Amino acid sequence: MGLEAVLQKDGFLTTTIDAIVAWSRKSSVWPMPMGISCCAIEMIAAADPKYDIARFGSEVMRFSPRQSDLMIVAGTVTYKMAQVVRRIYDQMPEPKWVIAMGACTSSGGMYRSYSVVQGIDQFLPVDVYTAGCPPRPENLLNALMTIQEKISKTKARDFKNRSLAELEHSQN
Amino acid sequence: MNTKELIIEKIKEKFSESVEEISDFRDDLSITIKKDQIVNLGKFLKEDSDLQFIMCKDVTAIDWATRKKRFTTVYHIYSFKLNYTLRLKSNIDDDPPTIETVTSIWQSANWYERETWDMYGIKFLNHPDLRRMYMPEGFEYHPLKKDFPVLGIPGSLPLPNKAD
Repeated sequence: MGLEAVLQKDGFLTTTIDAIVAWSRKSSVWPMPMGISCCAIEMIAAADPKYDIARFGSEVMRFSPRQSDLMIVAGTVTYKMAQVVRRIYDQMPEPKWVIAMGACTSSGGMYRSYSVVQGIDQFLPVDVYTAGCPPRPENLLNALMTIQEKISKTKARDFKNRSLAELEHSQN
Repeated sequence: MNTKELIIEKIKEKFSESVEEISDFRDDLSITIKKDQIVNLGKFLKEDSDLQFIMCKDVTAIDWATRKKRFTTVYHIYSFKLNYTLRLKSNIDDDPPTIETVTSIWQSANWYERETWDMYGIKFLNHPDLRRMYMPEGFEYHPLKKDFPVLGIPGSLPLPNKAD
């Protein structure tokens, strides 16, 4: 039953703040496309009309971390790049989520080498890991739906109220 | 006279003392030269009007690990006039390894030599800006040396602290 039907019948509805906040949050998860290598191509494909990430309210790929809710780390993260990824993550306002897209970000993948971080969970709190090399767009959409499920269980007071200025890395 | 014969003759004429080896493998000509003559040879190959090797396509190195002359630097240069790519090599026996830069001849060698320094630890003397190319500043090792472990040295590359 859609919202319109409820409103036509009674003209109002009752809910909790937590529910309505969680519902709004999960329906407009704006991604920060951290496309570092080949996974980025599949991430872009997820936004095209065929896979259409807009169905989930996530079509607004923000290239400013300050306007994003979800960081999709799509690609091989080297030690040198890790500093950059972390700095961008720190500039995202809370609440925020992270998808580790593909084998490289999740575990270093085939790059078992001195220069590649063997899993971004060494420096980022990852919410969903996506398997594949690269994962198909459906797989990314599934990760997004998992994030939405996770968000729908949150309460408004679960998140710290921290302003950008307090964040240590966002200053420079 | 074909291209290779011309190049070999020209080089033998001026550098017969310093040439260590001339090899012709699968149509690729390689000249191994004493390391103190690499700049002179490069300058000659570039400025000679019959050769005109005006483009430096690559500089890299080889780590032989167990040889006495452990490192070899390799230069690939190209002549538009002859439509020919020539390989120059130079064996290095000092420790730490050093060789004169060729940036005074080919500007493009600047970044190639930085890369070679980064990966092999070969110091290019009189290079205008010998900083690391790929690895972060402050990294203490040279990853393409044979004694460097593939998985790196734990703790040698800093990661950000885990975010909460």
